[in-house]
Amino acid sequence: MKDFSRIIVLLFCFVAASALHPAFAAEEQGKHESAAFSAKDVIMEHVTDAYEWHITTINGKHISIPLPVIVVGQNGLNVFFSSKLEEGHGSYNGFYLSESEKYKGKLVEKNASGEEIRPWDFSITKNVFSLLINSGILLAIILGVASFYKKQKKTGELKAPRGFIGFMEMIVMNIENEVIKPCIGKNYAKFSPYLLTAFFFILINNLMGLIPIFPGGANVTGNIAITLILSLFTFFYVNIFGTKEYWREIFWPDVPIWLKVPPFMPIIEFVGVFTKPFALMIRLFANILAGHSIAISIVCLVFITASQGPALNSSMTVVSVLLSVFMGLVEVLVSCIQAYVFTLLSAVFIGLAQVEPHTVKR
Amino acid sequence: MLLSPDFGLLFWMMLSFSIVFFILAKFGFPVITKSVAERASYIHDSLEAAKKANEKVVSIKQECDELVASARAEQVKILREAADTRDRIISEARNQAKTEGMKELQVFKQQLQSEKEQAMRDLRLQMAELSVGVAEKILRSSLGSEKAQLDLIGRLVDEALVSKS
Repeated sequence: MKDFSRIIVLLFCFVAASALHPAFAAEEQGKHESAAFSAKDVIMEHVTDAYEWHITTINGKHISIPLPVIVVGQNGLNVFFSSKLEEGHGSYNGFYLSESEKYKGKLVEKNASGEEIRPWDFSITKNVFSLLINSGILLAIILGVASFYKKQKKTGELKAPRGFIGFMEMIVMNIENEVIKPCIGKNYAKFSPYLLTAFFFILINNLMGLIPIFPGGANVTGNIAITLILSLFTFFYVNIFGTKEYWREIFWPDVPIWLKVPPFMPIIEFVGVFTKPFALMIRLFANILAGHSIAISIVCLVFITASQGPALNSSMTVVSVLLSVFMGLVEVLVSCIQAYVFTLLSAVFIGLAQVEPHTVKR
Repeated sequence: MLLSPDFGLLFWMMLSFSIVFFILAKFGFPVITKSVAERASYIHDSLEAAKKANEKVVSIKQECDELVASARAEQVKILREAADTRDRIISEARNQAKTEGMKELQVFKQQLQSEKEQAMRDLRLQMAELSVGVAEKILRSSLGSEKAQLDLIGRLVDEALVSKS
């Protein structure tokens, strides 16, 4: 646990990322100079998914990375670049970005009766693309570290690594020894790869989300679909590997009989099976989403006060930059804490499902 | 809208996380954790071996010291014995030489004695012969005349008479 705080301090070097927020904000100004500035729109645009990766807008011209759109609609599979949508003023081949409340910003098509329906949408959106990049980075880092040990095994010389590999070893072993082992107990080896993968997967996505320009900046772990899959994994891990005693404690707990015969306790316990991973999902999603929202809100201060005279505007700019730096630091901390908490709670839930009959203890 | 998971993202997340998980669970983390565990046990074993070797060295050193001490004691004992033996041999030799010498001396002395006696005897015999010869020659010369013979007889008779009375 001691070492963990040291890791967090090291990761503060990501502060540079937060300092770049004002630069990012300048781009927003260009976009909204004609219309009235709406902080809500800016925040929503940033935290939600998109079909293209918008970089900046110069003199009203959008500069963005086109991403492939893959949809299976009524007329079969369609694959095209998102730039086609812009060329066709928001529509291509019968698909268009919805303006309605229900599907706002999503690609829809019209069915025979003229209603908007969503096609099967497998598009490589901004979040998907970012997810793939981050997965690639994660694989490169961990496999790179693992290759050091493989090489070492071949030569037979067991030496402690230095530098980055040593740093990664420290984190991996810390998570395993301080989180996984104490929470799960003797069967920890079966669950250790999943929990470590989850930790590093969340961590890398959180940290990449803090970088405001291209390879980062997507709100991946602040999207409920991502945290849903992660918590589903934990859910299945907990319940598939749960012991007989775990299920007995749910459906026939050690409480007075009147609590069990109209099955109050079993119902509560059974609901608890689902609320635990649900809480995991919401916690990670809400924390990261809130972090991104606050960071952008603070930047938006500059533009909200732009109409209130130069004195207020310039003073608020200073405040905004200072607050952005502060929020950047807090976000780095939150990124690590949320990855850690997700892993810790998953380990705790898995550990709770590994109970043995209480004949010796308690 | 924020709370409704998007199907496409669910699909891609499921796919990519599964692949990442599969690869890392097979080739990533177990390799790292196993190697670190191996290294830990290797270090543990090495420390244990070093401790044992150290103990062995200490015991060997003790044994060595004991050996040296006993060897030294043995040396002292052997030296002492050698010195004793030497003294004994010397004294024995000396005694023997003394007795031998004594014996030889005795023999010499006896020989000398007997030779001396022999010489005395020879001397005495020669003296007797010589004195008899001299006496004869003297007698012959001094008793040449009648008178001299008578004087002598007279004197001898006197002497005999004197000694008789």
